[in-house]
Amino acid sequence: MALGNTVYNLLFKKTSSFMLTVAVGAFAFERGFDKLTDYVWESHNKGKLWRDIKDKYE
Amino acid sequence: MQSVSNYSTTRGWSKSKKACMTTLGVLAGGAGALLYALESSYVQAGDLELHPPHLKWSHSGLLDSFDHASIRRGYEVYKNVCAACHSARFICYRNLVGVSHTEAEAKREAEEIMVEDGPNEKGEMFKRPGKLSDTFPSPYPNEEAARAANNGAYPPDLSYITMARHGAEDYVFHLLTGYMDPPAGVQIREGLYFNPYFLGGAIGMAQALYNEIIEYEDGTPATQSQLAKDVSTFLKWCGEPEHDTRKRMAIKAVGLMTILTAALFYLKRYKFSSLKTRKISYKPSSKDN
Repeated sequence: MALGNTVYNLLFKKTSSFMLTVAVGAFAFERGFDKLTDYVWESHNKGKLWRDIKDKYE
Repeated sequence: MQSVSNYSTTRGWSKSKKACMTTLGVLAGGAGALLYALESSYVQAGDLELHPPHLKWSHSGLLDSFDHASIRRGYEVYKNVCAACHSARFICYRNLVGVSHTEAEAKREAEEIMVEDGPNEKGEMFKRPGKLSDTFPSPYPNEEAARAANNGAYPPDLSYITMARHGAEDYVFHLLTGYMDPPAGVQIREGLYFNPYFLGGAIGMAQALYNEIIEYEDGTPATQSQLAKDVSTFLKWCGEPEHDTRKRMAIKAVGLMTILTAALFYLKRYKFSSLKTRKISYKPSSKDN
């Protein structure tokens, strides 16, 4: 519970810090989520995508 | 469960009536499932042409992208074989950039063709080498010219051909590799060819793909089935250039929806917990006491 309290006092208690947490959290989540899903896509299709074969033609 | 069965409309039924209704329900459901299975099965004996079986393409799966090396080879096949009779007038050279060719290569491909442009300052039309924004050249100026040159048969535009035919790329592949001698009793007119995958069986296009008719620049053995597979992949890409983006976005969408579903499920349970655990106490009172 101590962690929950710290998080609450630090991030969620004041409206200003809460809004900042939402904005920064959305940005960080978006970056991380995109990286993760793109990694899934690129590793699943390794060798078939243009990025895998373009070195041969440049 | 107890309260549900108390309110059930079948509570008053006898055991035999229940069994009878259950049997009827199972029979009706089974007949429906059978009808659906027959309707959606590949065996459509009412038609005379052969339906192409589904092949395992490198882009078949839910998460599978196009094989871009195959698209590049398919473009070679299209350019050297199909383009002699078929147009693909909705595809531009710029579409190849970042898919099968680099920008410099796509520019070189475009410069190989001559495009009519104009008018210039004298009001005359002139020819210039193609640019990235130009579409693939059409072999005939219009449909009538195409028909006149091909025995009355119109070679369809190939831009969206996989979207326009049942069986999509399976159909294209089997049509290209399915040429054979007509079976006994089937008469094929002069200038037509027998192909069981073509509606009616008699097709105006002669067999176009044979082993080693072109040489791939990446050294892949150019067998007939390899040529057909590559050009089918290329045409599939022509028809659905957004294919890869679509599947990549599907991963993101399914991932996000999963997180949202879990969060909403928790929120619902959280909000309802106080409603579902409350008890209403009712104390009857009268004016007497």
